[in-house]
Amino acid sequence: MDLITQPWPWYVSGPLIGLIVPALLIIGNKTFGISSSLKHICAACIPANISFFKYDWKKENWNMFFVVGIVLGGFLAAQYLSANHPVNINPQTHALLQQQGVKDFNGLLPKDIFSFGELLTLRGFIFMVAGGFLVGFGTRYANGCTSGHAIMGISNLQWPSLVATCCFMAGGFIMSWFILPYLLRL
Amino acid sequence: MQNIKYLFAGLLFGILLVKSEVISWFRIQEMFRLQSFHMYGIIGSAIIVGMISVMIIKHFKIKTLTGDAIVIPDKKFSWGNVYGGLIFGLGWAITGACPGPLFAQIVSGSGFAVTAVTLLSAILGTWVYGLLREKLPH
Repeated sequence: MDLITQPWPWYVSGPLIGLIVPALLIIGNKTFGISSSLKHICAACIPANISFFKYDWKKENWNMFFVVGIVLGGFLAAQYLSANHPVNINPQTHALLQQQGVKDFNGLLPKDIFSFGELLTLRGFIFMVAGGFLVGFGTRYANGCTSGHAIMGISNLQWPSLVATCCFMAGGFIMSWFILPYLLRL
Repeated sequence: MQNIKYLFAGLLFGILLVKSEVISWFRIQEMFRLQSFHMYGIIGSAIIVGMISVMIIKHFKIKTLTGDAIVIPDKKFSWGNVYGGLIFGLGWAITGACPGPLFAQIVSGSGFAVTAVTLLSAILGTWVYGLLREKLPH
């Protein structure tokens, strides 16, 4: 049981995530990708006469079932398959983040930033509201995310996906190295 | 009911996202600061397994469960891959979540229901992209 409740090493979880690619293709000719679900939610709930959202989203229903599955799986794993230890990150990262103002290292996310109380502060607003906006806007603009481009696209040797993935990483480096230290101190 | 199988596939993916700690904000910081191999190992090995799988499917012309030929659409390049990719990267490092983890973070522990706000905001971001699409460079 310990083996299950411990975090799973990369060489176990990574290949298993990779197997979702052939699984979706074989069970129904679907290409792995998550960010499209955000588009389908827009098309279903708030189309507002925007041509980008005028399509038969019901045909893409499978994607909604897939993300509902993610929520259920995430819940099961967090509730029943985890020991709730702090994430065992590199002590250097820990020290650096602490120096930059992160206080709570007990959960999967720092609770001193991600909480309802923090939503009304400038810092909390940037980390949750503005950050989420950039993820949704950016992935749609890029026409895919880590799953659709980095895993599915590169697996299928699509060079635009490689370009997109390099840009994901570049954006992340710019944020982590040059901007985040200031945001954390707000 | 046809779609229940995708719910199960998603369920397995959700378990993997939590158990591998891909949904952890701390893991994402470690990755972008190049201080751990963990995330690179996960994404890299997932790509290798995906790539080999796609090669096998193409080489042996493997069919779907219902006997259809498997078709994987090509990705067309647009400058949106670059601009959008950079914007997403900025958001990924702030929230510690790409779209898959956005859905899993909400249920990842007491107190993190607040990340539903992050998800709603991502939906809003997608909507605003749709609104501005024709005015943006691609």
